[in-house]
Formats: sequence, C-alpha cells, structure tokens
Amino acid sequence: MVEFKDIHKKFGKNEVLSGINLKIQKGKTTAILGPNGSGKTTLIKILLGMNHANSGEILVNNTSIRNNWSYRKNMDYLPQIANFPGNIKVKEIIAMMKDLRQQTARDKELTAYFELKPYLNTNLSHLSGGYKQKVNLVLSLMFDSPFIILDEPTSGLDPLSLIKLKELLKKEQEQGKTILITSHIMSFVEEISDHISFILDGKVYFDGSIGELKSTTGKANFEYAIANLLKTNHA
Amino acid sequence: MLKILKYSFFDLVRSRWSYVYFLFYLLLSSVLLFLNNDLSKAIITLLNVVIILVPLIGTIFGVMYYYDSQEFTELLMAQPITRKSIFLGQFLGVATSLSLSVLLGLGIPFVLYGLFQSNVIFDFLILIVVAVFLSFIFSALAFNIALSNTNKIKGFGYAILVWLLLAVIYDGAFLMALMYFQEYPLDQFSLLATLFNPIDLSRILILLKLDISALLGYTGAIFSAFFGTVWGSFVSVGVLVLWVVFPLWRMLHTVNKKDF
Repeated sequence: MVEFKDIHKKFGKNEVLSGINLKIQKGKTTAILGPNGSGKTTLIKILLGMNHANSGEILVNNTSIRNNWSYRKNMDYLPQIANFPGNIKVKEIIAMMKDLRQQTARDKELTAYFELKPYLNTNLSHLSGGYKQKVNLVLSLMFDSPFIILDEPTSGLDPLSLIKLKELLKKEQEQGKTILITSHIMSFVEEISDHISFILDGKVYFDGSIGELKSTTGKANFEYAIANLLKTNHA
Repeated sequence: MLKILKYSFFDLVRSRWSYVYFLFYLLLSSVLLFLNNDLSKAIITLLNVVIILVPLIGTIFGVMYYYDSQEFTELLMAQPITRKSIFLGQFLGVATSLSLSVLLGLGIPFVLYGLFQSNVIFDFLILIVVAVFLSFIFSALAFNIALSNTNKIKGFGYAILVWLLLAVIYDGAFLMALMYFQEYPLDQFSLLATLFNPIDLSRILILLKLDISALLGYTGAIFSAFFGTVWGSFVSVGVLVLWVVFPLWRMLHTVNKKDF
C-alpha cells in the first residue's frame, strides 16, 4: 500500500529522519509511535507532500509520489492542529472541502454522528477546541477514502466523543480501510491498532504487532512495553 | 484556484478589518467631498492617503492572513490540489478583498457627489487603478515575506520595514542623492529611481494627470515629457505589472520548495 524507502530529512542542521524504511500494510491499522520530536508528524507530512524528503522515496500503490498530487484523492488526512478561517461557518467549510475534492461525501451522516448539527451555522472562530476537533474529524473522514491518516486524533475530545471516534474507526477497519495513526494516548493506540512502528532518533526501532512488542520487551502491559522500549534504547 | 479564491475572499470580506478599512475610506472621502466641495482637491488629498495607507494595510493584512491561515493551508495541502492553486487563490483573495474595500469606500461617495457628471472622472479612475495595483503589489510582497519567515514577529518586522523603506526611506534617500549630486544632470537618474519604487511611480502618475506638474519645475517638465506620452504611460503601467508579477513568481517558486 504505502512504502517508505530510506527517507532522510534535515531541518537545517537538525536531522529529524535518518533512513526510515517502513511498509504500511493494506487493510491494517498502523500506529507510529515515538517520543516528542521524533519525527512522526514530519514523516506524515512527507507522505502527504507537505515536506520534501532530502533523499529516499515513497511508493503509494507501487508508484512514486514525487511530482504527483493525484494520489491524495485516495487519502484522508486529519491534521494535528485544527485551526480554520474564522469568518466561515461550519457548513460552509464542509461545502468548500466537497467543492475542492468533487468526491461523494458522507458529511450529513458524520455531522449527525458527532452532534455538530446545531453548530452548522456557527462561525468557526466561535467554536471551542473540542468542537473544532470534531469539525476537523468530519472534514477529514467524510470522503470515505481507503487510506486514512490521523495525526493525534484524540486531542481535545471529551470521553464520549473519544468513544464515538473509536467506534467509528472500528467500523472503518471492518470495511478494510488502511489507517495510519500517531497518538500519545497509549490506551487508544492499544485498542485501535494492529501494528506498531516505533520511531526514535530518526530511525524505526521497532516494527511489529502489539503481541510481538510485548514478547520482545517482556512486559505484559502495553504502556510499560513502550516505556521499556524508550528506556533501553536511550541507555 | 478559483475555489480557494472564492472561500478566502468570503472569509476576508466578512472580517471586521475589512469593514473598518472600508468605513475609513468611506468616511474620509465623504468628509473631503462634502465639506470641501472640490473634486480635484479631494483627489489630491486622497492620493496622499492612499499612497501611504494602501501599502501599509496591504503588507500587514497579507502577513497576518498568511500566518493566521497556516494550519488551514496545511489541511488544504493534503487535498488533491496543487500548491500553486492554493497560494495563488489565497493571494488573490487577500488582494481583491482589499481592493474592493478601497474601491467601494472611495467610489460610493464620489458617485453620490456626482462623479459621472464631472470632468475629473479620469483622474479618479487613475486613483482607483493605482490603489488596486498597490494592494496587489504589497500583498504579494507580504506573502513573500511571510513565506520566508516562520517566525511571526520577524515576519511582521520585515513587513513594516519594507513598507517603511518604500514609503518613507526611499524618498529620503532619493532627495539626499538629488541634493548631493545637484551639479550633475539627474533627469535620467530621477526617472529611473521613480520607476523602481511603486509608491513613487503611482504618485507621479496621478500628479501628472492632475496637471499640477508645473509645480514640480524643470524635473516636472521632464517627467511629464516622459510619463505624459503614450509610451510613458505604457512603461509605467508595465512597471507596475512587473511589480505584481515578479513577487508572485518568487512566491510560487518558494511555495514549491518550502517545507510546511
């Protein structure tokens, strides 16, 4: 589905990614984990063409994404920070996205699901952080694309919305969608993902299932297993 | 691109700043017209305001808009559209909404006063054209500055600096040069120096059309000999167009290389 081949990225002198090799398997949910500043968001941005890698190649369905933008038709992306033009209403921004992508969208279903209906005529600058995140979720998930990228999807959500998000993602998984997540909420990651890729110091330190992670680290608890990974590799 | 333009235009037109900007011009030109009762004088006063204020608001607004919509721009970039269309759309949204504020703010009082029955309609049109050009030029410069500076404070600082340079310091340096080299023939130099600054160029364009170039003395005669001709108007409009095209070209070039 998606393959990262020896991705290097520097910002000035700061080398963020130093040779990432990773395969995202089709129909599975992969979580990219790592401490703050380990390059998770950078990696996603390179995949989406927002950042340019210094070297290396990314293949989406066996085609390189260099100088190509149409592959993004099959991708849904949820950015980490939800910040929208303030003087536009919720329904207008949804209309704008539909207008831009010209694809069938399930916006009605999702606005109802996330209880956004009473806010459709509200200006985006008047929404609270949690509601902005809900709008963000609707915008990114409404096109029903086979590949979903979620950068910190849980930020700002209340417990009820978090449960709704998990249920929605589970439905998506049943439909065979490929999902890529980054998150710092370990319980969320454990519940939702099949596959863990752990990035540290710009390299992939661990790549395997949750079960494999637990057996390699010798910890039965997922959170401790991750912490263990951090400790042993930093020592 | 047109879709991005449409939405950033709507966003901006509804913002409080657009209204304030529009109302300012509305008030200023109403006061000037209805208290002064002289269309030509009003145009000259407005010229002096427009030439300083339009560039200032253009740069500040452009920089502010860019920094404000950064996260949203990232979301747009994840969509199947090109970077070129995103940024061109946003730039045009800013530039057209600013131009519209000036156009309506100045236009409404003038039309109410009876612009169409007067013989200065052409002078007024030049004022508007100049204001639109300056809006486009300075928002393009602002986008360039903002794109090259991730640090917002620095971006704003440079934007103010560019405005100060072109609106104030350039003239000062120009005058100093004229004083210092007054024993030499400076006609060619002053013509060229005027062409290199869009604010000066705009000012000269209007002053000459208002037939007060006699006040400018010998240089004025040279200027009107050059700018007054068809060739001169052609060159000056051409230079203004270049002042839009070149920053835009650089903007698109930077956008394609930049990491967001």
